[in-house]
Amino acid sequence: MGIVLSAFTIGLILAALTMGMLISFRMLRFTDITVDGSLTLGASVAAITIINGWSPWLATLVAVFSGAFAGMLTGLLYTRFNIQMILSGILMMTALYSVNLRVMGRSNIPLLDTKTVTGTTETIITGVTGGLSQINIMGWPVSVSDFSVFVTALVICIITALLLKYFLLTHLGTALRATGSNPQMVRAQGINHKSMTVLGLSLSNGLVALSGALLAQYQGFADVQMGIGMMVWGLASIIIGEALVGTRSIGVTITGAILGTIFFRLLIAIALRWGLNPNDLKLVTALFVFIALVAPIWVKSLRKTIWGGLKNA
Amino acid sequence: MLNVNNLYKTFAPGTVNEVKALIDVSLHIEEGCFTAVIGTNGSGKSTLLNAIAGSFKPDHGRINLFEHNITNWPEYKRASLIGRVFQNPFAGTAAGMTISENIALAMRRGKRRPLTAAITSRIRDEIAERVKTLKMGLEDRLDNPIGTLSGGQRQALTLLMASWLRPQLLLLDEHTAALDPKTAAKVSEITKEIITREKLTAMMVTHSMQQAVDLSDRIIMMHRGRIVEDLRDEMKARVRISDLMQTFERVQKLDLFDQSVAEILEQQFV
Repeated sequence: MGIVLSAFTIGLILAALTMGMLISFRMLRFTDITVDGSLTLGASVAAITIINGWSPWLATLVAVFSGAFAGMLTGLLYTRFNIQMILSGILMMTALYSVNLRVMGRSNIPLLDTKTVTGTTETIITGVTGGLSQINIMGWPVSVSDFSVFVTALVICIITALLLKYFLLTHLGTALRATGSNPQMVRAQGINHKSMTVLGLSLSNGLVALSGALLAQYQGFADVQMGIGMMVWGLASIIIGEALVGTRSIGVTITGAILGTIFFRLLIAIALRWGLNPNDLKLVTALFVFIALVAPIWVKSLRKTIWGGLKNA
Repeated sequence: MLNVNNLYKTFAPGTVNEVKALIDVSLHIEEGCFTAVIGTNGSGKSTLLNAIAGSFKPDHGRINLFEHNITNWPEYKRASLIGRVFQNPFAGTAAGMTISENIALAMRRGKRRPLTAAITSRIRDEIAERVKTLKMGLEDRLDNPIGTLSGGQRQALTLLMASWLRPQLLLLDEHTAALDPKTAAKVSEITKEIITREKLTAMMVTHSMQQAVDLSDRIIMMHRGRIVEDLRDEMKARVRISDLMQTFERVQKLDLFDQSVAEILEQQFV
């Protein structure tokens, strides 16, 4: 049960990352590698402010804004200075590596014995259960602190998802979604597609930083390396989510992103349990995304060959 | 109303691909006038329309729309005054989004886009009511992705979107050229209907002289980046397709004449 609960918890925390990448990758069609840097930025900002005695909620909020700021800069590199899409992200990611070291002052900040956003939930749950250190969930004993983290991650994830869904269905959100789909049409409707791109990347990286801030608090440290490969991780989650539930509507797409992240985390947890070398994790993830990206094309051409063959027969 | 003064545009200047797309083009269009722009391929008619819409900045010249000097306005800002329909039926709508979402975008063309729901039941009813006027049965498919519709249906919707908020100027860039003849006729008919009903000022680039003669109040013919013929009022009322064809031939012969004369002169004097 412990492994499943922790996979769910990490999945819910990383769901913010996937939702953020849904905006950049799927809606703006912007392959934004800033993600690798802004996740760490969120973690380091949250860590440094928390160990300086800030409230963990305030620290998380500041982390979100720092990520949004980084995303805004990537957007400006792309729209104002006409730097290629992928290069804008790479520049920002590289710069953020140094920024993160500066923010933390060193490469790793442990967050042991500090307050985290889980504290509030734990107080409530302890109050309800009357001070037990373990509770029973479907017959499994689970420590109250682990359960509190799970509940906190769940609540934050649901609130974020609802806000995101609401936003994407507003006039502004609709304009944002159209920007990636057809920039020419968007301009003809009087929308500044450059501002929309900047706004979208800000939102996206704000969510990514939220994910980083929560992840640092969950795992008990912020590390300058923790963002590496996170963009591919998010991609894998998006692809799984779409395969699971489809993209019929905004609500379904967002739900898919969350489920996809959890499912992917579960797969990883199981693979690790079965003896997958953790060092191979990123290779496996990259391979998975590669297959997920090319498989639909293969299937299509295979189908064409079969049907085409029938037609000619 | 629309004033174009001494407009110049050269693409890829100083290269072998240099194209003088607009040469000293001046044009005045009155309010409520439906102008057709015809001309050979590469005559600069679409370039003129794009210059007015703001797709690029002219090298020289000025464009005024009502009291605004819009020469330096970016494309998206001009959209508050100008509605557009493109030649490509897929260019005017966002394929992955629903019909109602696309129209909701057009309902706030050039206006602030607030953080309130884009599709409410009130907005949806309003959309259904106006989509019904197209008589295409699309009012029952408002929640379908617009990418599932045919080119003609999408073009009709783009036309509806461009005129949803009454534009000061409607620009139609060969908007029926990519459609099959039957659909093209239907879209032409809708165009006429909307322009007449809303008393719109419009400019339409077209390859079809029939369309130019049937729909417009004024015909401008362009050739090699210049306006070579301007038929209005009685002249326009009397003009037939054969007349336009003759003008075309005359203009093209003049071109040939220029070239051959240049060659002869070159042979004799160089």
